[in-house]
Amino acid sequence: MVAALGTVLVVLLLLWLGINLSKNPSAFLSASLIGLTIGAVYALVALGYTLVYGILELINFAHGDVFMLGGMISATFLIGVFGIEGGEGAMTLWPAVLASLLAAMVICGVLNATIELVAYRPLRGAPRLAPLITAIGMSFILQNVGLAWKGAEYVRVQTPTGGTLLPHGQVFSLGGVSYSWNKLIVVLLTVPVLVVLIWLVQSTRQGKAMRATAQDKDAAAMMGINVNRTISFTFLIAGGLAGAAGLLYVLYFTQVRFDQGFQLGLIAFTAAVLGGIGNLPGAVLGALLIGFIQAFNERLVWHSPGSDWTQSIVFSILIMILVFRPEGLLGERTPEGG
Amino acid sequence: MARPRLTRDTLWAALGTLGLDRSRWNAQDPIVRRATAVALWLAGGIVLIGAFGSFNWTVFAAAAIVFALIVPPYAQLPLGRFVLPLAVLTVAVTYPFYLDELFGWPIFGPFPAMNTMVVMMVFVMMALGLNVVVGYAGLLDLGYVAFYAVGAYTVGWFASDQFSQRDFRFGSVGVSPQVTGIHLSIWFCLVIAAIITAVIGVIIGLPTLRLRGDYLAIVTLGFGEIMPQIARNGNELFGTNFNLTGGTQGITPVDAPGFGSWINTNVGLPDNYLAPSSQTIGFLSDTVNVFFWSALVLVIFTVFCSVRLRDSRLGRAWIAIREDEVAAAAMGVPLMRTKTWAYATGAFFGGIAGAFFASYKSAVFPDDFFFNISVFILCMVILGGMGNIWGVILGACFLSYLDREGLANIGAWMNEKFSLTLDVPKYEFGIFGVILLVVMLFRPEGLIPNERRRAEFETGVHDQPLYDVEA
Repeated sequence: MVAALGTVLVVLLLLWLGINLSKNPSAFLSASLIGLTIGAVYALVALGYTLVYGILELINFAHGDVFMLGGMISATFLIGVFGIEGGEGAMTLWPAVLASLLAAMVICGVLNATIELVAYRPLRGAPRLAPLITAIGMSFILQNVGLAWKGAEYVRVQTPTGGTLLPHGQVFSLGGVSYSWNKLIVVLLTVPVLVVLIWLVQSTRQGKAMRATAQDKDAAAMMGINVNRTISFTFLIAGGLAGAAGLLYVLYFTQVRFDQGFQLGLIAFTAAVLGGIGNLPGAVLGALLIGFIQAFNERLVWHSPGSDWTQSIVFSILIMILVFRPEGLLGERTPEGG
Repeated sequence: MARPRLTRDTLWAALGTLGLDRSRWNAQDPIVRRATAVALWLAGGIVLIGAFGSFNWTVFAAAAIVFALIVPPYAQLPLGRFVLPLAVLTVAVTYPFYLDELFGWPIFGPFPAMNTMVVMMVFVMMALGLNVVVGYAGLLDLGYVAFYAVGAYTVGWFASDQFSQRDFRFGSVGVSPQVTGIHLSIWFCLVIAAIITAVIGVIIGLPTLRLRGDYLAIVTLGFGEIMPQIARNGNELFGTNFNLTGGTQGITPVDAPGFGSWINTNVGLPDNYLAPSSQTIGFLSDTVNVFFWSALVLVIFTVFCSVRLRDSRLGRAWIAIREDEVAAAAMGVPLMRTKTWAYATGAFFGGIAGAFFASYKSAVFPDDFFFNISVFILCMVILGGMGNIWGVILGACFLSYLDREGLANIGAWMNEKFSLTLDVPKYEFGIFGVILLVVMLFRPEGLIPNERRRAEFETGVHDQPLYDVEA
């Protein structure tokens, strides 16, 4: 029954997409390109959730807010430190962007590891609800840090005319839809980060320690793995990913506000669950799917619910995935399956 | 797990050098010890209030009442366990009469005003409802605001001019004959809201309660986010032009409660809370006081149900599930049914509270149902002590007081003393975050702990439930 219902839903979804494609191919195409870009940003955040969940089985609610602070840190560096205003040559822009990326990743990574030290480590043996509750508390604290730091208004990262700082000339054009540089850059920055991450988890000694800790902490400790240090390292990596996502977010969407992290974090968490939580390729797949879903929902013309309903749709997907297929799309229940 | 008591040990060492050894203290009668300790604490409090608060004779009266309630061992008397609740109830019921006489606290300022008290009672109700889910059954519900919203919108639908194409009224008060729409008496609406919310609780619960603790938390959070979005976008549901929720404008005005003219003439209860007639008993003519007493009646009902449920077969099943799901299932506790009951019960009280609050505010706005409110209520339950009714009441009163008056007072005091220009209420949720963090780290059992809960936090429990245990 459940499987039939799921199949019907998926068929209806595909039908809707197909009709939209045939009715207005260029809108469909441009929505897809935007979905790919949003999905790339979500992927970085979702990976942070999935790494932490894989190792501690904890939903780190504060992760989205670390991402938000990453955006604010990037904004501070790009505008305040390097004085980027858009329209600079590549030799000025790229070092500034890369330095901001590095700064955001390092600061967010250290921040995330500190959060683990303060809020989660003392509760290792406590009932599972306890760290979940401190995670929520931490999330609110970080939001208020953002509020106190940058105020209740949007932090804008844009040219004086309100455009993105990145060059947005056309890379190629497909069926009348142009693919601009700022979208490509987001993807171009995401891919190497993902490659490095997967190499780190799969091929290094530290990655092996992470996978071992995720499987069984006690056994890992007996094999001589420093469990606490491995967990700290995982939080460091996750925070770094959130920082990178924060930079890309402010570069692409040009603004960030103190309360946006939590919402986006929940969407990214949904992506992680959709792909199968604890599973690294799953998180990327889920994030891309959620990105496409969001873009299609907001930009397709024929019978799309529109941006008012994006959250409801994403959370409905979350609930349906958890109820019908809790192991996610890629199906592995073993943490750190990637 | 004994904790080091650094301050206490230092204090005793200091007293020991003065010749007041700890063994002499311990040799005293327990009642004497308790009386001395309480008297010392109260004296310290009086000195502080005298020095920094606004001092008057009521300080001594309050201290005497607290002393008389805490010190004697009522629990040993027959029916003694009722003394404390009844005394607290009396103090609460008579609160409007002596509020103006009361002293003021240092930093916090005056006692809460009557309209704050009404809000506090509403939040006490909600916190007690959430306590059933989180405290008794150990299911983390991060979307409790959804039930509050459903309760509030139910009153919005059945006691306002929202559906103005209909004209139906039954027991409503203070609705002018020109106004159309469905107008039921608020008392019916409370019942309807409670039932609808409980049903929604079951509907949400049935598919999701199979999930493990943290997955359940995220699913409830999802529902808590979907509900307000439906409320916000429900003024033109899916392009049908059917205005269900009034969108961002919400539903306003909502009818006020009242007992109607027959009861008003014959018994003297107010016919309409907002405009009581001249036949109303004198002290029942004050609108906000009547709202307060009504809320108090609902709170008493909630407390009664909470106590009775806790001690019932169902309540013991909840605690068993909380402590060890697998063992509970093995002992024959039907997991799904028990959890669903916890959900429905929690939702029931949330619905009543939301409905009453909507009638009190005479409005329902989608912006009242953000995720923040869920966390706010959760914070009350955790601060007070999960599973302990008195702790939850204390936590709810304190936090909702902070929300309405306390933080503004503290901020004003700080800005004046240190000549700052800090907007303290702006950081309200940051402060609540700190409270959540500090309580979980240093006193996870809460201010007034439930003994079982404390044991669970100190020795740990087997709360790694099976993934797919079916009822």
